[in-house]
Order: sequence, then C-alpha cells, then structure tokens
Amino acid sequence: MYLRKFTQDNFENEVLKAEKTVIVDFFATWCGPCKMQSPIMDEIAGSRNDLIVGKIDVDENRDLAIKYGVMSIPTIMVFKNGEAKNVFIGLTSKEDILEAV
Amino acid sequence: MYDLIVIGGGPAGISAAIYAKRANMNVLVFYTMESQLLKAHKIDNYYGFVNGINGQELYNNGIGQATNLGVHLLNEEVTDVTGGDGEFVVKTFTNEYKAKSVVIATGNKKIKPDIKGIDEYEGRGISYCAICDGFFYRNKKIAVIGNGRYAISEANDLKNVASEITILTNGENMTEDSDYIVKKSKILQIAGDDGIVSKVIFEDNSELAIDGIFVAIGQAGGGDFAKKLGILMENGIIQTDENMETNVKGIYVCGNLAGGFLQVNKAAYEGAVAGLAAVKYVKSIQYK
Repeated sequence: MYLRKFTQDNFENEVLKAEKTVIVDFFATWCGPCKMQSPIMDEIAGSRNDLIVGKIDVDENRDLAIKYGVMSIPTIMVFKNGEAKNVFIGLTSKEDILEAV
Repeated sequence: MYDLIVIGGGPAGISAAIYAKRANMNVLVFYTMESQLLKAHKIDNYYGFVNGINGQELYNNGIGQATNLGVHLLNEEVTDVTGGDGEFVVKTFTNEYKAKSVVIATGNKKIKPDIKGIDEYEGRGISYCAICDGFFYRNKKIAVIGNGRYAISEANDLKNVASEITILTNGENMTEDSDYIVKKSKILQIAGDDGIVSKVIFEDNSELAIDGIFVAIGQAGGGDFAKKLGILMENGIIQTDENMETNVKGIYVCGNLAGGFLQVNKAAYEGAVAGLAAVKYVKSIQYK
C-alpha cells in the first residue's frame, strides 16, 4: 500500500472510521528527524497490506495536531477503532511501531 | 564547502580527520578541549609509548599532528547540525560552515539531566529540539535548561515564537552572557497537569509556571545533534553500521559516542574507519 496524506477534512473518514488499524505520522517539512521517519513509514506502508499508513503535516493541520496533544515531532500514533492506542514520540524504528500493531 | 567537518578533537575525531586529509579531502575540525582523554593522568596501554603518556599531552599531540598535515582546526563549540543529502550545515555560536559529510566524535556526554519528571514528560512539554518543536509553543512560556552557548542558541531559536523565555541553570553558573532571564536555583522536579508539563519546582521551594521546557545542558554533544538530525539511537547509544555510518547518509559517529569499549585504541580505529568511509561517500556524490 502507498503512504496516504491525511488532513483535517479526511481524518474522520480515513482514520477514525477505518476498519483497518491506521498508523499516523505527525510531521513537518522543516523537521530533521521527520525526514528520517518518512522512509520508515514508506517501508511499513509498502510491506503491510493489512494496515493503513499515512502522514499529517502539522503546519497545514495545526488544529488536528493540537487536538491529539502533539507537542513534539515526529509523533506516531496507532489508531484502532477510532482511538489512538499507542503513541511514539520522536524518531521511532519500524520494529518498535510494528510491535505495537 | 568542506568535504568533511569533524566535530570533536579527541583520538576518534583527529584520526578521522587525518585519514580523510591524507586522501586529499578538504577537512575542518572543531574542538573544545573537552575530552575524556584530558582526565587521564597516564595512559599505559596505548601502543608505542615506552613510559606511557599523559592524556593531555596525547590530546595536544593529536591537535598538532592534524595541524601539521594541513587539517583546518577551529577551537569553537558547535551548537547545531542541519541538512542532509551531501550538504550539511554546521553551526557554531557565531558562524555557519558547510560540508558534504560530517563525523561526530564528541564523546559520550549525557544529554538528560537527573531531574525528576524529565522522562515522564518527554514529548509532553519537554523537548530536545527547539527547531523541531518550537512550533507547538507559540505565545507560550518556555524554559531552557542549560548554562552555556548551547542553551542560548536554543533560546535564540525560540525567541520569535515564545512569549517568555527563562534559562534554568539548575545550580550552575552561566558560562556565557545573554539578555535572557536566568534562574540559577537547583531544580527539585518538573510537574504537570493532565500529563502535560505545567511547572518547575525548585529546591528553594519557589515555582515557575511553564508550558514547555527545552533541554540544552552543557556543550552540545552527539546525542543532541542526533535528536535534531534524526539519527537512530537505542538506549541512548547511537546506532552505526560497520563503517561507523548512521542512518543519516553522510554522517558518521565514532569514539566514546558510539558506545562500547571506552579506549583510545578503539576511538582511533573507529575514527580511521569513519574518515575513510566519509572519503568514499564524498567521492560517490561527486561523480554522480
């Protein structure tokens, strides 16, 4: 599967109402560690059809970041049935993320 | 632009610089006269010194040797490293330098202060990267924990965002003057509301209401740069491959910062490996 782009407009439908587990990467284009997180998310998206993986640009979706208490980027959240079940703060390895799934 | 910038003037950093210089690279080394080596009264287990050698003398010899081989050396503290893809920017308090590759050999400085609450609130009001997370503290009250140029440089990155900045030295004296409000009291703990940082409580029973805390203690070290660049760490140790390369292409880590055996022999070996790997990397991007 490819890496999706989540926004304030599609978040409810694509993340909260999704039937599959969704992994969300809150990032910004100007953040160094976010750039290193990006290929890890691509890898997860490319290798797991049972998951939905996507990114949220905090610059464009500030309210969403604030709503979910994001105060440091990258922040990775694993959503199941509309709820954030796991939160990883800072650069996180593929293994650590998949372990939580 | 330099082919290689080395941060750290100990045995790892200098060895990397020497190997790269001898491969005709244009090399700059930043050193600060802060090395574990300087604390060693006598080193008896390093090859070739009949009566052992004093740590300070060995360090000075390394600086002199690199200078004689044509390496450019600056006695300056690096406060930040940014960039990627063969174009890195190394910032000091007063200047910026560009390089195609970077070797970080700053020793194993601790980046976390021993303060109650520091782990609990990481990412919940405590941050190690002003550039990354300043965005979330617009018009908020911020503290920077630290006492030197690194703390001031982090505060500078936040001053256009935050409504108020206080530097908390946690009992230390500032090593550099600035216009920021400085509170010197020792910190007892960081406390929060609803799982998010809300105040700092000091040993003298005073309190400071705060929305965010940025950690920048002492001189900036490898762990600090790693947090900003996105270099993978596990249990505080930077992860490298057999060429001392990190997950950020073109950035190498060696010596005590890379963990393991804290010995001059190992530092010099890893420096040599990192220096040669940097040469290979620079050549590979040149001929692309």
